[in-house]
Amino acid sequence: MMELLSYPFMQRALVAAVLVGLTAPSVGIYLVQRRMALMGDGIGHVALTGVAVGLLTGTSPVYTAVVVAALGAVAIELIRERGRTSGDVALALLFYGGIAGGVLLVGLSDSGSTGSLTAYLFGQLTSVSGSDLAVIAVLAVVVLLVTVGLQPRLFAVCQDEEYARAAGLRVRALNILLAVVAAVTVTVALRVVGVLLVSALMVVPVAAAQQLARGFRATFALALTLGVVFCSSGVVVSYYADTASGATIVVVAIGGFLLATLLATLLGRVRGHRGLVDSPQPDDLALDR
Amino acid sequence: MTPAVVATDGARVNVAGRAVLDEVTMTVRAAEVVALLGPNGSGKSTLVRALMGLLPLASGTVSLFGTPVDRFRQWSRVGYVPQRVTAASGVPATVREVVISGRLSLSPWWRPLGRVDRIAVDAALETVGLGERAGESVARLSGGQQQRVLMARALAGEPELLVLDEPMAGVDLPSQDAFAQTLVGLVGAGTTVLLVAHELGPFEPFVRRAVVLRAGRIVYDGVPPPASGHHAHPDHDHVHPHAPYESEAGWLTR
Repeated sequence: MMELLSYPFMQRALVAAVLVGLTAPSVGIYLVQRRMALMGDGIGHVALTGVAVGLLTGTSPVYTAVVVAALGAVAIELIRERGRTSGDVALALLFYGGIAGGVLLVGLSDSGSTGSLTAYLFGQLTSVSGSDLAVIAVLAVVVLLVTVGLQPRLFAVCQDEEYARAAGLRVRALNILLAVVAAVTVTVALRVVGVLLVSALMVVPVAAAQQLARGFRATFALALTLGVVFCSSGVVVSYYADTASGATIVVVAIGGFLLATLLATLLGRVRGHRGLVDSPQPDDLALDR
Repeated sequence: MTPAVVATDGARVNVAGRAVLDEVTMTVRAAEVVALLGPNGSGKSTLVRALMGLLPLASGTVSLFGTPVDRFRQWSRVGYVPQRVTAASGVPATVREVVISGRLSLSPWWRPLGRVDRIAVDAALETVGLGERAGESVARLSGGQQQRVLMARALAGEPELLVLDEPMAGVDLPSQDAFAQTLVGLVGAGTTVLLVAHELGPFEPFVRRAVVLRAGRIVYDGVPPPASGHHAHPDHDHVHPHAPYESEAGWLTR
């Protein structure tokens, strides 16, 4: 363990992994709450075009990815808001367009091979530089300020959007803010796990946490904790097992999810037994009248 | 005469180019208790959603507390209980967390909720009889209890006008009684209530006025006649055909 920490590139990798472990579930919980767990995937696909634009124009891919992903996320949100069935097809077009556009543009660039895309498709954690880390840290703070600071409002909108609108909340502004924050998170996580696995970090820690927690705030806190645990232990395992860091993190997270589910089933058996005794279901009583 | 809390004038709402609500003109005054009745598809929920500013008007006007609904901003004066099968969503939430949402319209986005808000949430939970279950996950409550959570959410903002969309749909009898008692208390305190119902049922003792919709238009506005005979039976489900305007008591509720 000490040996691992003595390498600067591993130190940076661990810090980046911890930051992503905190931010990804803090946004993902709202997407899961409104049953749009796959939205992160869609944004990731679109972000790939942004990466390619960066490679093509010689700009830092992180900046172009943030801009293109944010535009894509807002487009996805506006399509969702209309709630038409055709929106489903529109989203599909956006996703495939994102991947195809990315591959196509990278082919046009001087550095020229789709090989340079691999780092963005699957992540390349150990190549994170000091300046990369600074950008990741700033973006992570911005994301957490929004997801923690506006928690009651984002919760209300994702819980019951129509009620939130009738209560006078600025629903559209909050939704667009959430979409942009999701895009920023995807871009931050891109270096760690890559486009294809980005959504896993937004969703799996939340899915694991909600097996064990009863309330939203508890789920939020536990999901962020698990995110950090999964990401940092994934990095350590990948170092010793010499495996791809992004894939290892996701496999560790899914293992954690299965463990949480098992634990919840065991706890539920204990709790459920008591529950049957002290809370009869009034709905059943109604049938007797 | 007390001031108008809700007023519509020739309100028309189109869905896919077809009027589902037309020429609706009605006024609800402060401290009134009005039931909006009518068969399925008669436009009750559409009217309520138009009143809440959730659906655009094709023509006519809707105003709340004297302000046209599209310019109305004092939403904390209105408590809305939407029609829902469940109060749960994709992530667990406690009863208290759902009810807290009812306080958000009272303060700007940058101010965290404080002690006053917690007291109001506690009071709302007590009112609907769920004070002891504040820390439980809403998904574990019965359907009727979840409806009461939504009611508490509306009450937490201490509204002057309460709008309920079919609050009794799928609700067990103990919860129905708790609901009715809650409303009696609120009406006694001067809250204006507009409720959508399939039938008056447990609301009958305190509803003084009924507005009946049929095919998107108001066909009756006045005192609700008492239900009698088999129509008064809680299990009566109104499946047999009636003539449209027969005088038999209970026709209002079809």
